[in-house]
Amino acid sequence: MSDSPATVGGGRLQKLGNWVDERLGFSGFWKAHVSEYYAPKNFNFWYYFGSLALLVLVIQIVTGILLTMNYKPSAADAFASVEYIMRDVEFGWLIRYMHSTGASAFFVVIYLHMFRALMYGSYRKPRELLWVVGMFIYLVLMAEAFMGYLLPWGQMSYWGAQVIVSLFGAIPVVGDGLAEWIRGDYFISDITLNRFFAFHVIALPLVLLLLVVVHLGALHQVGSNNPDGIEIKKNKDANGIPVDGIPFHPYYSVKDFFGVVVFLGIFFLVVFFAPDGGGMFLEHANFEPADRLKTPEHIAPVWYFTPFYAILRAAPEKLMGVIAMGLAIALLFLLPWLDRSPSRSIRYRSMLSKIMLGLFALSFIALGYLGLQPVTELYTLLSRIFTVFYFVFLGTMPWWSRMGNHKPEPERVTYESH
Amino acid sequence: MKATRYYAAALLIGLLGLTSQTLAAGGGEGFIQSANNELENTASLQRGARNFMNYCVGCHSMQYVRYNRIAEDLGMSEEQLRDNLIFGVDKINANVTTAMTKEQSEKWFNAVPPDLSLTGRSRGSDWIYSYLKSFYLDDSRTFGVNNKLLAGSSMPHVLWELQGLQKAVYRDEPVVDQNGKETVIKVFDRFELVEEGSMSADEFDGFVRDTTNFMEYAGEPVKLKRQSIGMMVLGFLLVLGVLSYALKVEYWKDIH
Repeated sequence: MSDSPATVGGGRLQKLGNWVDERLGFSGFWKAHVSEYYAPKNFNFWYYFGSLALLVLVIQIVTGILLTMNYKPSAADAFASVEYIMRDVEFGWLIRYMHSTGASAFFVVIYLHMFRALMYGSYRKPRELLWVVGMFIYLVLMAEAFMGYLLPWGQMSYWGAQVIVSLFGAIPVVGDGLAEWIRGDYFISDITLNRFFAFHVIALPLVLLLLVVVHLGALHQVGSNNPDGIEIKKNKDANGIPVDGIPFHPYYSVKDFFGVVVFLGIFFLVVFFAPDGGGMFLEHANFEPADRLKTPEHIAPVWYFTPFYAILRAAPEKLMGVIAMGLAIALLFLLPWLDRSPSRSIRYRSMLSKIMLGLFALSFIALGYLGLQPVTELYTLLSRIFTVFYFVFLGTMPWWSRMGNHKPEPERVTYESH
Repeated sequence: MKATRYYAAALLIGLLGLTSQTLAAGGGEGFIQSANNELENTASLQRGARNFMNYCVGCHSMQYVRYNRIAEDLGMSEEQLRDNLIFGVDKINANVTTAMTKEQSEKWFNAVPPDLSLTGRSRGSDWIYSYLKSFYLDDSRTFGVNNKLLAGSSMPHVLWELQGLQKAVYRDEPVVDQNGKETVIKVFDRFELVEEGSMSADEFDGFVRDTTNFMEYAGEPVKLKRQSIGMMVLGFLLVLGVLSYALKVEYWKDIH
């Protein structure tokens, strides 16, 4: 199983394989990153989401390419071309639903992936840059999703973009000019649609792919963390192989494949039976073409932006809101340096740390919910409470992460064979 | 170890709560009645298509829907299609458009009637069903009728000959206003038929239900096919899931 594909097969084929391998070094790459890449053996449920994120990326790229074959990026034709895809293109509906569901799936997977890092301290030394690169991926992903959402040119596409771009207008002095520069017009128009299309299908995917390669490179440079948060590289056998490490292939390739099938089960359940996700993945108002003269009753971004949207609305004043929202994301970049806990993993951290992380996750979900709701007094109050906690969690992390009784970390990873 | 399981459970509960909230939020206004239409009922869809072509297409287009697609999906021959549904259009693969021009509609109704291809998705079946049943007499409006679901709608009561004409009946309801004072407000109670139409109330409900059914179909013609393909895909994934789990267990036997 550890044979590289280049050496499989005999005779001439093998010769050809060797000839290619001497020039491309594929077998060395395969060994270093797959068949002899040693990952901790104690990965649990939370470790599926990295490979799943890669899968969703592939789904998005493939379905995205197919969509561009029939989509027309112009204000006059965009909406109709999407309906053309939905009705007249062979399996166009499936391609489109996979792409729209994929967008939400991407964020589900990424949020769980990020929460895993928070739980097990996967951003701690020496994995700081791994986390920072990951955060850049998240940032690009948000831009990618935001610009992609304009493309169907429905009412929610249009007004969502209008609201978000106008946020830049809150920045003093340069704000209005900046918003105009982003739109390329005084309002969201055909010109905006065209440039968002360019960013969505070319510029951002290129950046995203590059960042993913760097993210994986950084991961393989330092090796994976694990649920116990201890370094498996500290404990090696005579051959220099970590005693608690197992080759990625076949062990994690077969395990991740199982994860992929389960994920696809849920993914296709949505695609085939609830593609609009109850109005969460495809909003009802977006089945009406964009109309510059008719503002929808209730404008809310898609669910994956709503935690930050709630933070924005929680502030009493627009500029403050924009700053709070920016800070809410920017602070996440600093996690590796904010966390001063003696142990990485939540398993060996103090009760205080466990409660703080639990409340943080709760706040994030609550903010996500509140961001979807219309503004009421109660909801604004709740948004403020959860926003304050969000910043307390991150802002005071250097202190609370050190406090309380931490359990001693084990020498070897915890693993029960089945 | 345990903490992470709590997080997972809490997350799941949170997500379920969120989903049920959004699903529940669909209903809303008090006059919304359940359409109870069945997409599987082809006869109902055919009647709905007939209703649409007789009563709606005069003003409303359904520009993303093609005539031949309707025939194909609703089990009709080209001849049946031409005899019953296509009026004044030659091409069988033409899109369903209206003969009324934009200028005419602006002159006559002061508004362009919306395209109805996607109303089944943007508003939903229950809304359409309730909307068509909610026209009531109102002298202040140009056409003498208003709509409970869409107040100030410029649409006349196209189906009045079938339903008859109804008026809105209000009841008094005591409420406490912002200053803590008790007052009485008028609350919509029910519709009352003032002039009989050619159909009984049940017949009219059926007529509207069929029309709604057709509009839901038109919003996403592939819906039924999508679900049947979905069953096969999920079946395949179930088998693949069992096999891939067995494969994983087999490999992981080596790990202690």
